[in-house]
Amino acid sequence: MRKLISLMVLLAVAAGIGLALHRTPFGAERAKTGAGSPGETVNFGRYYVHEGVEETGATNIVSSVVLGYRGFDTLGEVTVLFIAATGLAAVLRVKATSRDPRDAEPASLVVFTGCRFLFPLLLLFGTYVFVHGHLAPGGGFQGGAVIASAFLLVYLGCRGRTLNETGLRVAESLSGLVFVAVGLVGLAVGGAFLLNFLPTGSPYALFSAGIIPIVYVAIGLKVGSELGAIIDRLAEGAR
Amino acid sequence: MTIFQALLILVMIAAAVFAARSRDLMNAVIACAMVSLMASIIFYFLQAPDVAMAEAAIGAGLTTAIFIFAINRTVRHEDDEKAD
Repeated sequence: MRKLISLMVLLAVAAGIGLALHRTPFGAERAKTGAGSPGETVNFGRYYVHEGVEETGATNIVSSVVLGYRGFDTLGEVTVLFIAATGLAAVLRVKATSRDPRDAEPASLVVFTGCRFLFPLLLLFGTYVFVHGHLAPGGGFQGGAVIASAFLLVYLGCRGRTLNETGLRVAESLSGLVFVAVGLVGLAVGGAFLLNFLPTGSPYALFSAGIIPIVYVAIGLKVGSELGAIIDRLAEGAR
Repeated sequence: MTIFQALLILVMIAAAVFAARSRDLMNAVIACAMVSLMASIIFYFLQAPDVAMAEAAIGAGLTTAIFIFAINRTVRHEDDEKAD
């Protein structure tokens, strides 16, 4: 009986939402503001592909959408990741073990040497991916994930090493602050959060697309340090 | 190229079925990593290199490591659950 009632309530709520929203236009078509006649509509997907490069200066269209047109959503994504990392840190609150990490069983010579050789290259590649996020495929999230996998490699190969947790925390907090600060500067200068207030420059140049590279570097550092801290914490618990 | 993609998808489905049916969780995790790796290659062929990069780094790399850490702290074989 209770199941039936709850099902009916659910159906009623769903019908209400459907009725309330059935005339609201979503997605593709919207009245164009500014130029053109007021009745003219614009297809957003086509608009981003054709005008995105010129408007935001980012030749990677995905970046121009992720940070140019939908920057606030990206801030939300970064916040979700931050909350997940914080929650994990709270749940896995392990006391500092008295065991010296150097006691751990050392990895074999091949793994050790490979890890030492690959670690700087992986860091370099991750940095390349997020620095060139507005020009080539890639971006802050991908670069950060590559950097975090470099930290994972250190855990696999060089068991004695531990990450500098204070450094990670400082990098994470600073990059988050930079993201929000850039957005607030846009709000102060042009009246819109995350407004691209810097000159867009010429396409395909490293210093172009205004705030997008700055924010991508911040996101890359933030994601890298967050995921690296997760790996470090889990590995510490596993020891 | 379509034959290659179909092959990738077949391997992906096989790995996914194996991951769901395996009683040894370590094997299941490795099969999951394989699914992610195949998905990332398919994404690359579908001209989505951004997604491919994220899938390879997070899906095949970090998630696998996190699962393995979790298995280290719990049980490896599903039948062991009752014994503990």
